[in-house]
Amino acid sequence: MLKSRFLMVFVLLVTLGMILAACGSSDNEESTGGDSGESSGSEDSGGDSGSGDFSVAMVTDVGGVDDKSFNQSAWEGLQAFGEENGMSKGEGIDYAQSESDADYATNLNRLVRQDYNLIFGIGYLLQPAIKEVAGQYPDTSFALVDSVQEGDNIASIVFKEHQGSFLAGVAAAKKTQSNQIGFIGGVDGSLINKFEAGFVAGVKSVNADIDVEIEYAENFNDPEKGRALASNMYSKGVDVIYHASGGTGNGVFAEAKDLKNANPDEDVWVIGVDRDQHEEGQIGDANVTLTSMVKRVDIAVQDVSEQAMNGEFPGGEVIEYGLEDDAISIAETNEEAMTEEIRSSVNEWKEKIINGDVEVPSTREELESFVDAL
Amino acid sequence: MFSNRMINILIPVLSVLLGLAAGAVIMLIFGYNPVDGFAALWRGAFGDSYFFGETIRQVTPYILSGLAVAFALRSGLLNIGVEGQVFAGWLASVWIGISFELPMAVHLPLAIAAAALAGAVWGFIPGLLKAKLGVHEVIVTIMMNYIALYVTNAVIRNLLTDGADRTENIAATASLKSEWLAQMTFYSRIHYGFIIALAMAGVMWFILNRTTKGFELRAVGFNQHASNYAGMNVGRNIITAMVISGAFAGLAGAMEGLGTFGFMSIKSGFTNIGFDGIAVALLGANTAVGVVLAAFLFGILKIGALNMPTEAGVPTELVEIIIALIIFFVASSYMIRWVLLRFKKEGK
Repeated sequence: MLKSRFLMVFVLLVTLGMILAACGSSDNEESTGGDSGESSGSEDSGGDSGSGDFSVAMVTDVGGVDDKSFNQSAWEGLQAFGEENGMSKGEGIDYAQSESDADYATNLNRLVRQDYNLIFGIGYLLQPAIKEVAGQYPDTSFALVDSVQEGDNIASIVFKEHQGSFLAGVAAAKKTQSNQIGFIGGVDGSLINKFEAGFVAGVKSVNADIDVEIEYAENFNDPEKGRALASNMYSKGVDVIYHASGGTGNGVFAEAKDLKNANPDEDVWVIGVDRDQHEEGQIGDANVTLTSMVKRVDIAVQDVSEQAMNGEFPGGEVIEYGLEDDAISIAETNEEAMTEEIRSSVNEWKEKIINGDVEVPSTREELESFVDAL
Repeated sequence: MFSNRMINILIPVLSVLLGLAAGAVIMLIFGYNPVDGFAALWRGAFGDSYFFGETIRQVTPYILSGLAVAFALRSGLLNIGVEGQVFAGWLASVWIGISFELPMAVHLPLAIAAAALAGAVWGFIPGLLKAKLGVHEVIVTIMMNYIALYVTNAVIRNLLTDGADRTENIAATASLKSEWLAQMTFYSRIHYGFIIALAMAGVMWFILNRTTKGFELRAVGFNQHASNYAGMNVGRNIITAMVISGAFAGLAGAMEGLGTFGFMSIKSGFTNIGFDGIAVALLGANTAVGVVLAAFLFGILKIGALNMPTEAGVPTELVEIIIALIIFFVASSYMIRWVLLRFKKEGK
């Protein structure tokens, strides 16, 4: 009895396996047969509708393409590039979203196989995957945003965030009344330390007596944590918080808006990051966004795409975008909060940085010697 | 016409079909073409040997995490802590992988054993608390997940590196990566761990069905009081079940640490390998063979889903919905059973 049952299960499994296998092979044939029809169809349309045979795609990190931050900005840059060259999503430009760390390499590989000429990896989290995949496909060009990876077919795009953060620090130092300023970072690492070092240097340059409290959420996507950190800081008397923490920063805005709502006379400010986060800070007629350290990933993506299309792909190079390219800037949307005095002071320091009079520190060690030299 | 056994097999199969059908309906409602969508999914998982390799790569940890949940469930324990045990195993394997220089014959088994041990320890604690103090394992394991997540991050940041957010790559002697498998599949990240996963499925079947201990574990799972009355040590069996379950989960972590990635980075959240393992075990009806088949299905869905947005314009979230629907139909197996029995009666 038992044996016959086992037999039945076995037969069922074998049949199931055979059905699957049959489906597999027929579908495979179809796809290899249809490959020339189908996928090359999309490739053709991708290549031909654009300029020549050029096509670009990008892989987001786990934030996704609608993260209101740099993934979104990168896609906007790619769309702008596509518009100029008569391409649209799926026709010459495209993106692949990653659901987890394990998906980066898979997505990069998929786009290589769909014959994209240039593939962007958005965010430093993709660095190991880019390194691996670029080594395997030397004929495809890759560009890595926010991190550096050596390789003849890899262009590394980095931003001088420390410069922008320095100016944000100047604005914060001019605005604070309690002489206590906060910094909330995403994940403690060399990238966000750049923001931290520049910001603290900016604050100390204006007034060395101001305290800067530094906290890391250890997460770019945890608004609850951001809110808790912000609440803690504000209750201790901090009145300006600069967040460099992606989605976590939404919690900082939420907390500041709540405080403002409860007591309209309270002075609480948030400095946004990556994009102009003016909208995030709007509450009624008031706005808690003092300014934002705007990082134009879109400009960089568009720029590198154009270079690659013209056959001048900067492979193996590290391209730095900074204040002088307008790829880093300080938003002045909140005119009420950014008074004339603050604005002129920010511009003054901006000139000094561009002229090279001020060397903005980008690591904690450099910051130490910078502060000592003040 | 329908024996009990048949029904037990039919329920998961029907659940999958119903889940896929519901997914098709949802695609239709939102204006996507379900045929294109499923074709893209299929090609994303089997389209060429690269994707096939990636699918196997994804299936590997799912088999082990599914086995971990299933093993505990057979002993009447709900191990929600597989996720944390995966972290423990991942960390332990990478730790061994980067800190020793040994010949492969020693290094690799050592790293794998360390992962199993770390997972086992992480399973032992809730097992002990349950056996001795009667603390419910669900609560303890959920808490242990968070402890694992944050402890792992702290260890990577402060012990394994000097404040960096990922460890170095493990030594080649501790790696499960296989040059020829990778070349055969256009550099997919398929690795030898797959063999370990299948072997462990065999081990689980053997322990549960062919050993006295396994009989005791299952007896405790069916009825603790009866087992106690029959002279079995319920507490010890609970601990054993959690330890073995944790060891399976730890191995799932080793698959990621020694196979897929070769390093461990700071995690801002859970990997979901453990949580998906619960679904895998449920769909696989807590049997070794069932878990392997269910892990395949989930791996195919996960990897294939990545292809749906680029090829068919269908958002990947939809696949999550389909998976959720499949689980829903498995969980509501009573409904399917009732319908099947109805048919049976009418057939007579």
